[in-house]
Amino acid sequence: MADSMVERGTALLRKLEINVAEAEKRTGKNTVNMQETYTVYLIEIRPAETEGGTPAAPDTLWRRYSEFELLRTYLLVTYPYIIIPPLPEKRAEFVWHKLSADNLDPDFVERRRVGLENFLLRVASHPVLSNDKIFFLFLTEEKGWRDAVLETGFQDKADSRLKSLSAMFRVKNPDKRFTALKQYSDELNSVISQLLRIRARVADRLYGVYKVHGNYGRVFSEWSAIEKEMGDGLQSAGHHMDTYAASIDDILEEEEHFADQLKEYLFYTDAVRSVCRKHELIQYELEMAAQDLAQKKQQKEELATGTMRIFSLKGMTSKLFGQESPEQKESRLAALEQSIQEGEETVKEKNTECQEFVRAAWDDIEHFKEQKDKDLREALISYAIMQISMCKKGIQVWSNAKECFSKM
Amino acid sequence: MSVSAPRGLASSGQKPITEILHPLSAAEEPLSPGPDVTVSGGRDKEVGLTNGTPVETPSPASASVLFNRLQLDDDLDSDGRDPYADTETHDLFVTVDDPKKHVSTMETYITYRVSTKTTRIEFDLPEYSVRRRYQDFDWLRTKLEDSQPTHLIPPLPEKFVMKGVVDRFSEEFVETRMKALDKFLKRVADHPVLSFNPHLNAFLSAKDLNKRQGLALLSKVGESVKNVAGGYKLRVRPPEFCAMGEYLDTFNQKLGTIDRIAQRILKEQSEYLTELREYGTVYASWAGSEEELQRPLEGVAGCVTTCCGALEDMSENMGQDFLPVLREYILYIESMKNVLRKRDQSQAEYEGRLEAAVLRKQEDRTPIPAEVEKCQDKMECFNADLKADWERWQSNKRQDFKQLLTGMADKNVTHYEKCQAAWESLITLLQDKQTEDKTSCKSLWEMRQ
Repeated sequence: MADSMVERGTALLRKLEINVAEAEKRTGKNTVNMQETYTVYLIEIRPAETEGGTPAAPDTLWRRYSEFELLRTYLLVTYPYIIIPPLPEKRAEFVWHKLSADNLDPDFVERRRVGLENFLLRVASHPVLSNDKIFFLFLTEEKGWRDAVLETGFQDKADSRLKSLSAMFRVKNPDKRFTALKQYSDELNSVISQLLRIRARVADRLYGVYKVHGNYGRVFSEWSAIEKEMGDGLQSAGHHMDTYAASIDDILEEEEHFADQLKEYLFYTDAVRSVCRKHELIQYELEMAAQDLAQKKQQKEELATGTMRIFSLKGMTSKLFGQESPEQKESRLAALEQSIQEGEETVKEKNTECQEFVRAAWDDIEHFKEQKDKDLREALISYAIMQISMCKKGIQVWSNAKECFSKM
Repeated sequence: MSVSAPRGLASSGQKPITEILHPLSAAEEPLSPGPDVTVSGGRDKEVGLTNGTPVETPSPASASVLFNRLQLDDDLDSDGRDPYADTETHDLFVTVDDPKKHVSTMETYITYRVSTKTTRIEFDLPEYSVRRRYQDFDWLRTKLEDSQPTHLIPPLPEKFVMKGVVDRFSEEFVETRMKALDKFLKRVADHPVLSFNPHLNAFLSAKDLNKRQGLALLSKVGESVKNVAGGYKLRVRPPEFCAMGEYLDTFNQKLGTIDRIAQRILKEQSEYLTELREYGTVYASWAGSEEELQRPLEGVAGCVTTCCGALEDMSENMGQDFLPVLREYILYIESMKNVLRKRDQSQAEYEGRLEAAVLRKQEDRTPIPAEVEKCQDKMECFNADLKADWERWQSNKRQDFKQLLTGMADKNVTHYEKCQAAWESLITLLQDKQTEDKTSCKSLWEMRQ
């Protein structure tokens, strides 16, 4: 994964090597002044290899998960046209029975460490995101970073954005490409969720199969005690059965890595969806602005020609209470003219905004698609390699057992 | 006592059992072959016992004599060979195959073809082919048990099957049962004593097995053992038979455990298979919404399907070959325990009678009746037969389980090999595409720079 990112090397990555090296437990008081235990992660920054130089000691700082979340929210709000890389899951989901759902479980923490490093590398290798100042400060300023983020005022934008994203609205002429993308994203989300759920069930069952074989180990051992010639063969075969039963733990632990790769793209679909929604919003606003402008123009025309095709309160009241004076009419026309000009400005702005958004977003989307195809193919390859390794282990153990049996 | 020179042994043919030299008392004297004994060549040089007499009067006692002599010598299997491999008969071959369904107005049932090839003179023809059903095998076994109570009779597959639960006419059931019947018959035909039983002869050769006729051919030993008075209670079982009993109990327990484990594994595998199938279909459906990833995803779906097939094959195998053999041995153990019990009874009767006779002698000098000696003979014969059959059973058991467990391991290896092959061919497919893409992808990016 690091290879493919370096290929796409941004200015930032050319200068820096980024690692999430360790995880540590801390206790402290939280915002409501209660004691809590949480995990912090050590970020190491090293200048990238220069010729002939010895690698310098890294700069380090500690961050906890909630700070990563804050960074990501900032990026989401600031770059609404970019598919923001996702964070590893907050809580363990799609678990099969053996995995602890506890956030402090060492295996979970380790996998999260890898996921966080992944997140940083993806941002650092992104042509747009890697240039962000706040991101840079996240990597370098342990203390002052939080204030810096809040100072950007992104929270206000966040609130309004959240509001708009959850609002129901319909776009009259949806952009076909975005519609298709949203649909694809929803499908991908659904299929990966399904896959992860079933994979967890499969893992659970396979665990059962392997572990039951451990019982053979015990019974062969007991049986060998009453046998003469058969004893040795049975006893050693029993040991191999124990080995077989024990091997499933490592096998399934390794498979979690594959699940994590799938999960990343599951969460990516949320990011894609939100870009599509943002586009819809902009499109909608553009349509509204255009509609509003058209309405005003219509009003002006009617006012000028004296016809009332569109209902207006002014028109109604003037009908009921008598015509207005030419001066009144003049001033109204002027106000409308002003409004129309403003409206035209707005439409122009919105149009530009929309076009800019589409251009920038679609650039990123194309990148994303390539990255997705590449990453997922690699994930499938590594999954196949894992399966082969599992088969080889199985062949080894059973061949050994077979030899023991044949010596009975 | 040495067994370096093979001996022909006296056939008890025409003599009543009481006149046969007691094997233990005659230990030092060589028995010269009687006029009606034929020494037939075995596989190597050992003597195969042939009963030269007409079928109507079998001689289990002489068989006991043979085995008793061999039994007393511990050097026999020092070279690790199966001591009874060469005393097994090689002139009687039987096979059970070709199941067919018969439908009549009264019932529907399966018959099997029983083929026999033999050079024995007890048989009129060298070859036979008859059709028999399970009932007939059951009849045979009962007759063998009755007429040779001192011997271990191999077990039959289960008689009763729950009508609603198991399909008596399904291919798997019939196949499994047939293999077990074949094994049963082969074991009987290989047994140096049982193979000469007239009921076996009738079973193999008669056109119509008239079971009601009940050939009145019970041996003298058979008769007397059958009619042992039940009033005697055994005091002390000799240590060697105690050891047998203990072994059987423990072995029975272990087999039961193995059976349960095997069944549990099959269950877990079946549930795993269900989930795995669904897993494969999700990959296939995902492939439908992808372009570049379509082929790789279909490939994965295909691999998963292949693994499902491999697992199915292995599970079927376990169900058909592994479990039935285990169950068969459990039945075998049951029948062996029965024989041990009968042996106990025979000893109890002897000791009881002896005690009574001794007391009377002390009282009024009545001599010990010949009957008591008869009982002693019976008991000794029983012990000898049992010991001989025990050794043979142990040896067969070792072979059977070696084969069974090696087979199980082998099936597992094959299963994993199939899966590995599938995944390896997928990787080749995926990696080819990858190198192809890597070059094109890079240039795309470079363009944008």
